[in-house]
Formats: sequence, structure tokens, C-alpha cells
Amino acid sequence: MLRDTLKTLLSAWGPSGNEHAVAEAIKALVAPHVDDMHVDALGNLIVQKYGSDENGKRIAFSAHMDHIGFVVTDIDENGFLRVNNVGGINQSISNARHVLFENGTEGVLYCQPAKGETPAMKHLFIDIGAESRTDAEQNVQIGDMAVYAPDCFEIGANRIASPAMDDRCACALLCELLMYLDEPKNTVIGIFSTQEEVGLRGSHVAAYSVAPDIGVGLDVTAWGDTPEVKLPSVQLGKGAAVKFIDRSMIASPSVRDALLKAAEDAGVPAQREVLPFGGQDGASLQHTRAGVPAGCLSIPCRYVHSPVEVIDMRDMESALRILLQFIENA
Amino acid sequence: MDLKQLCEIHAPAGEEKRIRKALLAEARSLCGEENVRIDRMGNVLCFKKGREPGKPHVCVSAHMDEVGFIIMGATEDGLLRFRPIGSIDPRVVVSKRILVGEDLVPGVIGAMAIHLQSAADRERVLDYDGLFIDIGAKSKDEALGKCPAGTYAYFDTPYMTFGDGFVCAKALDDRVGCYTILELLKDSYPCDVTFAFVTLEEGGMRGSQGAAFAIQPDIAINLEGTAANDLGNVDSQFQVCCPGQGVAVSFMDKSSISQRRLFQKMLAIARENDVPHQVKRGVTGSNDAANYQRAASGALTCVLSVPCRYIHSGASVCCLSDVDAQIQLTRAFLNNV
Repeated sequence: MLRDTLKTLLSAWGPSGNEHAVAEAIKALVAPHVDDMHVDALGNLIVQKYGSDENGKRIAFSAHMDHIGFVVTDIDENGFLRVNNVGGINQSISNARHVLFENGTEGVLYCQPAKGETPAMKHLFIDIGAESRTDAEQNVQIGDMAVYAPDCFEIGANRIASPAMDDRCACALLCELLMYLDEPKNTVIGIFSTQEEVGLRGSHVAAYSVAPDIGVGLDVTAWGDTPEVKLPSVQLGKGAAVKFIDRSMIASPSVRDALLKAAEDAGVPAQREVLPFGGQDGASLQHTRAGVPAGCLSIPCRYVHSPVEVIDMRDMESALRILLQFIENA
Repeated sequence: MDLKQLCEIHAPAGEEKRIRKALLAEARSLCGEENVRIDRMGNVLCFKKGREPGKPHVCVSAHMDEVGFIIMGATEDGLLRFRPIGSIDPRVVVSKRILVGEDLVPGVIGAMAIHLQSAADRERVLDYDGLFIDIGAKSKDEALGKCPAGTYAYFDTPYMTFGDGFVCAKALDDRVGCYTILELLKDSYPCDVTFAFVTLEEGGMRGSQGAAFAIQPDIAINLEGTAANDLGNVDSQFQVCCPGQGVAVSFMDKSSISQRRLFQKMLAIARENDVPHQVKRGVTGSNDAANYQRAASGALTCVLSVPCRYIHSGASVCCLSDVDAQIQLTRAFLNNV
């Protein structure tokens, strides 16, 4: 079940550069359904399901396992941890948050600018209840990372909120896709990538080693359906979004149109996404080696890069149907 | 070749020929003519065959270039217009002695005398449009005759030792790394090692891009000089690293995240071998590790740096014991990989 798979993956701890727990959870889910799995130098989990037609295409889908977090850069004499962001952290929503380290150490992230100062990364600290530097060092070292504590709750009939929705929802989608595929004629490669949030770093090398014929990034995209938000026009619950353009790529027309056609053939709704910012793994696939036709299918997500990223499960269902049809059509 | 000689060679990014010639001669004598090559980006790559089969291929890299200046033109009255090569704070170049071009034409970067400045002038930071190199020329033609546009210019700073093991010099970033590699070239190791002296790091990490793709190591250790900020009035959380407290091991910087297990292994090796070390307490700076990590199918990377105060100026300062620690830790890693 898509919902169960999603919840399993949302509970895994994994900021950029430390995605191994997510990879282990995914391996356990997809192992019975793929022919080949390996982890590369950057920690990307790359799985393959061979196609029945030896002249079939090699289609790669990439979803990133990491999410944004914080790295400890200093521990002061009173045991407070100073941090830097890992990926795109918005200071104004990082105040008064529950955070979690890999070893289970919990803490409170707090932002305390001096009077009149604009909140900045330098005003953030984590309180882990330590009373001195030595006390803090029992549990946390400089260089350790923390994330918004894993959480997951349902709002309304179809929607789920979690700090790791970007991009575990697409990881869940890719896992389900591999589970549903029944003897495809084309070979399907799943790249569960690392370090997307710090600049598409994992998918950059995975794309090179996989060298697919067609590439599709799977990621969340920003929303346009809450008060005060005017751009982009994508809405929750209106179907997965076929990307036309973002800051990292202009989708290859052949892939973009094939995704739109797949939605039509499958009889599910899809939206057209034109994003004036952002980037995703599809760009790595498109730009590797001598170039690969590539696109991106997005899950509309509200409050991206916050501890309460919200998606609509109907869009996940739409995405799954589109991708199955897309592989069938290719 | 010692650190003094290395630092005093003028080689800004894009004009590495002098340092390349010196490194090439040293490298050839230390690891054999047939094992040293220059690639199309001007990088010098030296291969040392390992004693034991089945070990990972390790690349140890340092950049040979430094920050400097390039001449753009001249004013009618003979002052040279210029721009920095690599990032140099315009505040640190005023009143510095400069050498221009192959002939080392002496010059100085001047600014308006304090007597003549208005209150507003004193508040303002001069940018490169307001700074000139004065070579004593009387006209545009004379100035450009000696130093045409495109000529490189260099900080004219002698190498100086002072205090208890401190050094002040230009180009410590990254001649310390080059020096470490020259020392390491004297030994052999269990694993295959490619030692790389790369070009064009300052201003865009461009030389290592080609080197990384050509070498495709399993592991890359990047040797750097990195910014130390342990200055009088700076809070601990912004100090990053401190000269004299050992080689700085990076968990992350702006351009790469060190592989977690490699970072931890590096710290363990430092502890086991009593090598003075510190964890770099910040995520500042970009360096060649990014290219090694992300070339082709990727590699494990970690950065080991010598802390340098006043980096990217004509007078950076480091501690020789930290250079020694960089050598010791890299050697111990190669012997334990």
C-alpha cells in the first residue's frame, strides 16, 4: 500500500550525506521486486528491474533520499550546539523546533537574535539538555547532523504532513512503481539518490554510472493554492504535475509530452508545472555524458522545506498510474 | 624544495608555468620520469604503484595556483587598471608592493591619502574600479608598453618565519598542500596513489575537473590551506580553525560533504598516530574535493587543511607544526587505507 510505504520511509532519519538508514529501509521494501541493487561511492542506492525485451529502453527514475537538516559546527562551554544549515533552511521557520540526531539524541532548536537583528543562521542553537561542553560531547560531536524530528500525521481525508515529505513521497512512489511492475519490456532503473538538497550531488554521479536512455526526476513541487501564494499554479489533489521548466532544467519535450500522454492514456488527472525556481535530479540525468532526454514528474507539496510538508495521496495515486503507463508506452 | 621556495614562486591561476616547472622537476626525481605526466589542463599527475594488490586507488591532491591580479588597461596618466584573480578583499591590497609580469616590474597599489579624504571617503571601501597599480609610468603608452592588458601581477611578499614556528607568506593556500605532496612522494605505500598538483583552483576549481575525470580514484584526499578566524574578537563559533592546533579535518564545506565513514576513519587514524588535529568548525569555503567526489561515478572524499590566518592576502600566516601534521596524517592514512 502506497500509504504504508510512505509512512515507513517518512520515519527514517536521513539528512544530506547521511542517507544510509533510508537506503536500508528502501532495500528491505524493494529487494523482492528487483533484479539488482547496489550502493555507490556517494551512497546512492541504485536498483534495476530488467526488461523482457533485450532491445528495450533503459529508463531511469530518480528520487532523493535526503532531506534538509542542520550540522553542528561548534559546542559552547555551556553545552549549546551551534549549527549550520544543510540544504535550504528558512531561519524564520526554524525557531522552537524538536530535532533529532542519528543516535537518538533529541534537542530543541531555538533562534535568538539580539534585539533588532534579523534572524540568521548564526542565531540558531540546539539545546540537548547538556550542562557543559563535556556533557554535550557524550552524545554529540562537531560534524554530527540533526533533522526536524520525524513526524507524520493525516489532515483531512487525503492529506499527510511530515518534515521529510520532500522527497520521501517520491521514494515511496518509486518503491511502489518497482513493486507494481509486471515483466516490463523496458528495463527500469530506480535511483534513490543522496545529497540532492545540497546541489543534486548524488544523482550527478548516479546518472553517469547508469547512463540511461530516458530519465525522469521524481520530486515534490511548490504549491500555489494557499492564501497569499500566487505562483506557481499547481494545486494539491488535482493530480501529479508534469514539469515543463525549473531552474535546473527545461524538460526534454519528448519526455514531457510522453508523461502528459501517459496521464491521458491512463485516464488520470495531471497538471502542467512551470516553476520559476528550484531544481531536481532530472537535471542530472539530462546533463550526464553526451546528454539524455529527461523530464520530471512532481508531487504538489505545500510548505516545502518546513516541518509540516503536506501532500495529497490522490496525487500520489495519479503519479503511480502515469509512471506505469509511461513505462508501458516507452 | 622547501616551503619558502614554493611560496615565493609567482603563479596565479592561469599562469602556473613557473610553479609547474618546479614541481615537475621535483616530482620526476622523486617518483621517476615515466610516472609523471602533465594533462591538458596543465595539472601534474604523479603515479606511485602500491606494494599490495587489492587496495583502493587513492588520489592526494593540492592546487598549485594562488590568488593574484591581472592587468586590464591603464589610465591616461599611466596608472594600471587591474582585477583580482581569485577572490581578494580590496581592503587588503591597498598600500601593497606588487610585481607585474615576467620582468617583475615593481609597483604599488595606492589610494587617496587620509589627509585628503572627506568623512564620506573614510566610510567607503574602495573597490577595484577605484584602485590602481602605480609602476611609476608617466603615460598610458608607457604603462601599457611595460605591462600590457592580460599581464599577471603578484604580491611581492618575502617568506618570513616568526614567533614560535609561525610563517608569514603569500600563497600558503595552497603551497602547503604542494609541500606536503612533495614530502609524501619520498615514500611508497601499500595502495596505488596518484598525487595531483592541479591548476586553476582559485576562481572556480577548474583544473581538478579534468584531473578527477582522468584519475577516477576510489578515494580522494584534498590538501588545502583553509581560513582560520581565531582573531582577537571572534566568538568560538566563528573561528573555524586555529593555527597551531593541528591539521583541520573537514566534515563538510560549501562544495562537498566528506563521506561520513572516511571522516571518522581520518579522526581515528589521527588519534591512533598521535597526529595533532582539529575538526574544522565551520562549513566555509569550496575546494577541489567537490570535483573528485562528483567526477564520473563518484569517489569518497575528505579534506585535510592547514589553518591559515589572513588567507587570500599578501601576508597569510600558518604554523609549521600544522603543515607537519598534514604530512603525518596523510601518510598515516595512505599506510592504513
